[in-house]
Amino acid sequence: MADDFTAKLDNYLDGELCTVETKSVELHVRNCPACAADVLSRVHLRRAVQIAGRRYQPSAEFRARLQRQVAVRPGFSPARAWLTAASVIAVLLFAGMLANYIGHQRLERQHAFSEIADLHVSTLASTNPVDVVSTDRHTVKPWFQGKIPFTFNLPELSKSEFTLLGGRVVYLEQAPGAELIYQVRKHNISAFIFQDGAVNPAFRADSGPRRRLSFNAQSWSANGLRYFVIGDASAEDIQKLADLLKDAARS
Amino acid sequence: MEVADERLNASTFEELAMPLFDQLFNFAHWLTQNRSEAEDLVQETYVKALKGFSSFQPGTNFRAWIYRILRNTFLTSRTGLKATATVPLDTEDAPELPAGPDTPETIFIERSQQQLLQSAIGTLPLYFREVLLLCEVEEMSYQEIGEALTIPIGTVMSRLSRARKALREKLRQKLQGG
Ligand SMILES: [Zn+2]
Repeated sequence: MADDFTAKLDNYLDGELCTVETKSVELHVRNCPACAADVLSRVHLRRAVQIAGRRYQPSAEFRARLQRQVAVRPGFSPARAWLTAASVIAVLLFAGMLANYIGHQRLERQHAFSEIADLHVSTLASTNPVDVVSTDRHTVKPWFQGKIPFTFNLPELSKSEFTLLGGRVVYLEQAPGAELIYQVRKHNISAFIFQDGAVNPAFRADSGPRRRLSFNAQSWSANGLRYFVIGDASAEDIQKLADLLKDAARS
Repeated sequence: MEVADERLNASTFEELAMPLFDQLFNFAHWLTQNRSEAEDLVQETYVKALKGFSSFQPGTNFRAWIYRILRNTFLTSRTGLKATATVPLDTEDAPELPAGPDTPETIFIERSQQQLLQSAIGTLPLYFREVLLLCEVEEMSYQEIGEALTIPIGTVMSRLSRARKALREKLRQKLQGG
């Protein structure tokens, strides 16, 4: 028979009750055969789930591959290089590293744009691209409340050629953000908004209109937020939408 | 010295991340339901985590942090998008599951029924499967689960309780030969 304690049994078994509650559940279970049987059954099931859940093991080949990727590479130590006669080699190495580093940063920025493009493409490919379907910014904006850790302003579009289709929550690496989908002349444009401090530094580079992978894109930061606008619309339209968003952020 | 710092970081990262490799792979496999996709997901997670390691705050929960990266990476993958497309974003808005009988559950799973249990877990909706695995298999606290899934503790509790109910319901059907 279910009683007042039934609902607490899982929290009790998860070890998530405070000491006082734990004591009271224990005392009750000792005197209530129904709860005792219930506890037994729950313990049994969770043990079974625990065993069944440890089901998949990585292959040795994959483990080795990942280990190589994560392992600390024995880098060169400048101090030791200075002590040895091989300082010439060290200088050369350092120059190489510097070139590598600069190249790496550029690669990271390119990578950043491909990630944004990926997000945009996955939205378009998705069977239901928006989680909140509305052309009304007064509906879309509050929908994000509590779902992402910041707020933002959206532009009034009645005097423009843009239509708002809706929005969804997205993640850029681990940072949650908002994606707004706009339409202009049958082209879909995504506007992404994240907290500037929460995104990887590689994403924090401003860029004017730029073309990548057949998309036009633009990125800037305002009021601590990082904006990306991307789509297959013309560079001019991307610029117009960016300007509308910038104006809205100022108001 | 920049180089020294970077090496120190990398070695700390390795020390924190490698012990979680088996668990992360297992979890990734449960999410993707496919070995090669699970490998890709784990690999991408490690690459992202290593790159973002400077944003990890020492003293906070590394395990929850890296699970969060894995899970967010999954959610934006093709399979992840498909898995979430059919589920409302917020399962708390979903209608209550049909309530089972009010008597104590008497579902006992024998070792020979492992497969049955595994298939039941595998067919749970994504949001139920992940919360159940984090709790039962990873033995994470509600707090930790909340951090990994970026949901409040109250939501962890209600989702977990729905997940357990759904699992028992599935098992009951399967045991009755349904
Ligand atoms: Zn009782």
